[in-house]
Amino acid sequence: MAHPSTYQPGSGFERWLDARLPVVRVMHDQFVVFPTPRNLNYWWTFGGILTFMLAVQIATGVVLAMHYVPTPEGAFDSVERIMRDVNWGWFLRYTHAVGASMFFLAVYIHTVRGLYYGSYKAPREVVWILGVLILLLMIATAFMGYSLVWGQMSFWAVTVITNLFSSLDAVIPGLGTKLVEWIWGGFSVGGPTLNRLYSLHYLFPFVIAGVVLLHIWALHIPGNNNPTGIDVKSAKDTVPFHPYYTIKDGFALVAFIVLFAAIVFYAPNLLGHPDNYVPANPLQTPPHIVPEWYFLPFYAILRAIPNKLLGVAALMTSISILFFVPWLDTSKVRSTSYRPIYKWFFWAFVLTCIALGYLGSQQPEGWYLIFGRVCTIYYFAFFLVVMPVTGLIERPRALPGSITESVLGPEESGEIEETKNTKETKATPPPAARKRKREEVL
Amino acid sequence: MRSLSRLELLMAFLLALALPGVALAEDGSSAAAPPLGHDYPEIAHQSWSFTPPFGTYDNAQLQRGFRVYKEVCSNCHSMRLLSYRNLGEPGGPEFSPKAVEVLAGQVQVTDGPNEKGEMFQRPARPSDRFRSPFANDQLARNANSGALPPDLSVIAKAREGGPDYIYALLTGYRQPPAGFEVAQGMHYNAAFSGHQVAMPPPLSDGVIAYTDGTKPTLDNYARDVSAYLMWAAEPKLEERHQTGARVMIFLIVFLVIMYLAKRTVWTRLHHRDATHAA
Repeated sequence: MAHPSTYQPGSGFERWLDARLPVVRVMHDQFVVFPTPRNLNYWWTFGGILTFMLAVQIATGVVLAMHYVPTPEGAFDSVERIMRDVNWGWFLRYTHAVGASMFFLAVYIHTVRGLYYGSYKAPREVVWILGVLILLLMIATAFMGYSLVWGQMSFWAVTVITNLFSSLDAVIPGLGTKLVEWIWGGFSVGGPTLNRLYSLHYLFPFVIAGVVLLHIWALHIPGNNNPTGIDVKSAKDTVPFHPYYTIKDGFALVAFIVLFAAIVFYAPNLLGHPDNYVPANPLQTPPHIVPEWYFLPFYAILRAIPNKLLGVAALMTSISILFFVPWLDTSKVRSTSYRPIYKWFFWAFVLTCIALGYLGSQQPEGWYLIFGRVCTIYYFAFFLVVMPVTGLIERPRALPGSITESVLGPEESGEIEETKNTKETKATPPPAARKRKREEVL
Repeated sequence: MRSLSRLELLMAFLLALALPGVALAEDGSSAAAPPLGHDYPEIAHQSWSFTPPFGTYDNAQLQRGFRVYKEVCSNCHSMRLLSYRNLGEPGGPEFSPKAVEVLAGQVQVTDGPNEKGEMFQRPARPSDRFRSPFANDQLARNANSGALPPDLSVIAKAREGGPDYIYALLTGYRQPPAGFEVAQGMHYNAAFSGHQVAMPPPLSDGVIAYTDGTKPTLDNYARDVSAYLMWAAEPKLEERHQTGARVMIFLIVFLVIMYLAKRTVWTRLHHRDATHAA
């Protein structure tokens, strides 16, 4: 949050630099002494994890690009060459491929955390919108990266997804077809398509890195939300970012890397599809075209709708609806922990997303299709009905008086402690009394 | 802040649960269940020497598997991503350098053009790729009544079930059940999707001589060639498992240190609170 700078240049050089480019000052104020709510739980560590994952993907990707050949004849074999003949090539490639999955795992947890604790609500709407933009860019980047392997799944995923644009023919005849040919650079998915996917796959991560900077900048104006959702009220409610959160984020990051490494070293193909080890063949469609696991919920929504144009519209809306969440939610409190009705709808929504993921991996027929439609309806109803309505009718639970009080309990927090500094206040009051006190503070 | 340390314990516990789960998911056979709506027979799990987290290839088994490939499979199936030198590299069949030269030299490959502009035949060198049995896919189809024998370089990763599937396929030829129509030129196979495969039964007891005392049975041939194909698809598996063990030990120690450091730092805050409250 905006706070007066406490940076003291230590040496002559630092004073010289500070007058010209205060980069050390910015780092000191924003990442060392930055006042951070003292009650952030482990769900808040995924921001740091995501920054690390972006760095991993860029670092491994830049080296992989040195060995990759973006032609239909050379792509598949060059990937295998990396696996066989490039020093540590297998490690780079598996890290990059598994890294994409871990990146999405982290970004979904990060997004659900933001949804649960109302981190999108004023004054953090811009942080949220930039986050959704990053998610969209990640989806595009991951899709293009997967296509570069030029296996059967790569090729047919590109064919299916690019063909979605042809649904625009239903709006203006010929528009969709022209658009698809423009995207392909020809009359089918081929060399020109692969080349442009490669070019954009290299470009987008740096665009993401730029938006991430804006995301963090926008976050550092109001400062972090926290599990109670109430604002920071005094300096006692915060701790400096370093060392408290550098060490906590660091611990969570290492735990995340343990899982990441276990998959890379012991089950690197766990999250992939065997068909992508078959070279792309434009003449042979695989029996089932399925995207990577992280796209399955969206794929299920696409296929739940019988009309192609409307299906594509639902697919686009399912992600872009997130942009409007700050205004769809009418609740006065941020954190779902204090929302007795909304809480149930929220967890039903999370389950729905998981169910859609499963349904996306199945053939859209029979019960799978029916459940797919029910889940799709709830997915949209959650944003369009539940969010606006529950906020208006629900009576939130009593909020704690301050962040410090939520951590230490009312008997030890500042306000009470100053008035009654006796032994008996330190004895824990019975739960009923404690609750009463909270309400008094409110 | 008791709730925080409880959460930390919970995370550590979840990780401890997740790790063996991930490690048990076998390399080739780790992919998710196949989608419904297609006839995928059950593939039985076999025990392999290269199972994670510590598994390694059995050199002698890979050498026998290569024999099976060379004498049977290679008549129809290419392995275009492999070179003869790979047969002598660490973490594989590990033939001696001399043996690799001899194995390569037995094969004639086309090279050229020479100064006169002509292509010529010469014995293969270790640096050459495995020679493919057919010059192109059309020729291969033509020689196999329309069916294209797939390239085997990464086949163990390109099929659901991996080496388990290859073993099941090679040992899965049966008499068709009563009433099952087998099309002209096709063969009934219990493991193949749809149960009709164009490949005639390639192996039977005794067709290849083993010199290391292993019984020359269909079962052993199928097992050995499946392991060999797994190595061909994943030649750096041993290096991966060995590096993985070192990395995991490092990471777990790092994790413990980070946990202790984290706890020490946050204890300061608890002290601050205590002094304030006193």
